[in-house]
Amino acid sequence: MAKVKVLSQYCKCCQLCIEVCPQGGLKVGDKTNARGYNTVVPVNEEKCTGCTLCAIMCPDVAIEVYK
Amino acid sequence: MEKVFGRSKGLSGTPFSFCPGCTHGIIMRLIAEVLEELDIIEETIGVSPVGCSGFCQDFFTCDFVSGAHGRAQAIGNGIKRALPDKIVFTYQGDGDIAGIGTQHAIHTAARGEKITSIMVNNALYGMTGGQMAPTTLKGMKTTTTPYGREVEVYGYPIDLPKIIAALDGAVYVASVSVDTPKNVLQTKKAIKKAFRVQQAGLGFALVSVLSTCPTNWGLSPQESLKWLRENMMPFYAMGELKATEEVKNL
Repeated sequence: MAKVKVLSQYCKCCQLCIEVCPQGGLKVGDKTNARGYNTVVPVNEEKCTGCTLCAIMCPDVAIEVYK
Repeated sequence: MEKVFGRSKGLSGTPFSFCPGCTHGIIMRLIAEVLEELDIIEETIGVSPVGCSGFCQDFFTCDFVSGAHGRAQAIGNGIKRALPDKIVFTYQGDGDIAGIGTQHAIHTAARGEKITSIMVNNALYGMTGGQMAPTTLKGMKTTTTPYGREVEVYGYPIDLPKIIAALDGAVYVASVSVDTPKNVLQTKKAIKKAFRVQQAGLGFALVSVLSTCPTNWGLSPQESLKWLRENMMPFYAMGELKATEEVKNL
């Protein structure tokens, strides 16, 4: 059981995490943050393996991974 | 549940000011993580130049000095000579280190100054609007070469790490990329080694990181990484270009 947490105040919706996730575990959410970017949110949370690929590729260090 | 990945202590809480998808952020995170892992945040002094990389003093928790365009290494050398116990690094873009500051890059390496330089290469001047830099590839379109870089008029691109590797004072030179998770991890290893070279006082270390500029390249962040892989990686010499025996034994 692993969990991904997106720190929405840092996210700029570049979607590199969505591209790299092997489980399709992230998508663009509906909410915008204070800087006007739509932020990424986790989906299919039960499939997350905690591989940290999304966090490794995130250019804004907006992803925390728990395992 | 235990946190297995989070923001490093080396990073301040300030959100990066870069465009969405710009890989500056990945490289800064790696430096912050290396500073934390080597436990040298308190004793590190960074030098920032001018350009997008010039914002970096806002994002680290270590000390920082801002320099004029291209002069970060000159300032870094002075700091290191005056305070040899400190860890000094410069964080420079390609236009800064391979264009405006070429003489400092070459002489810093020739003198074997005991500092670490991180070069972020996106093949153009990003902050000022995407003008041609010395690192712009042959045929590459920029705002000042709208028909592509013609070598008859503008000359050939410079592969700075190769030049630096030829100088005796440089003991560690690596050219890496951040286009895939695997390469990001390799980049972290290279940056860590470059800092350990300085801790051991062996000489000058340069890590060149191929980066993207989605805004000025006119591509999406995903397409930019693909463009980097297909165009920049075949042209620039990649991997550890130089590591002396002493560095290998670290």
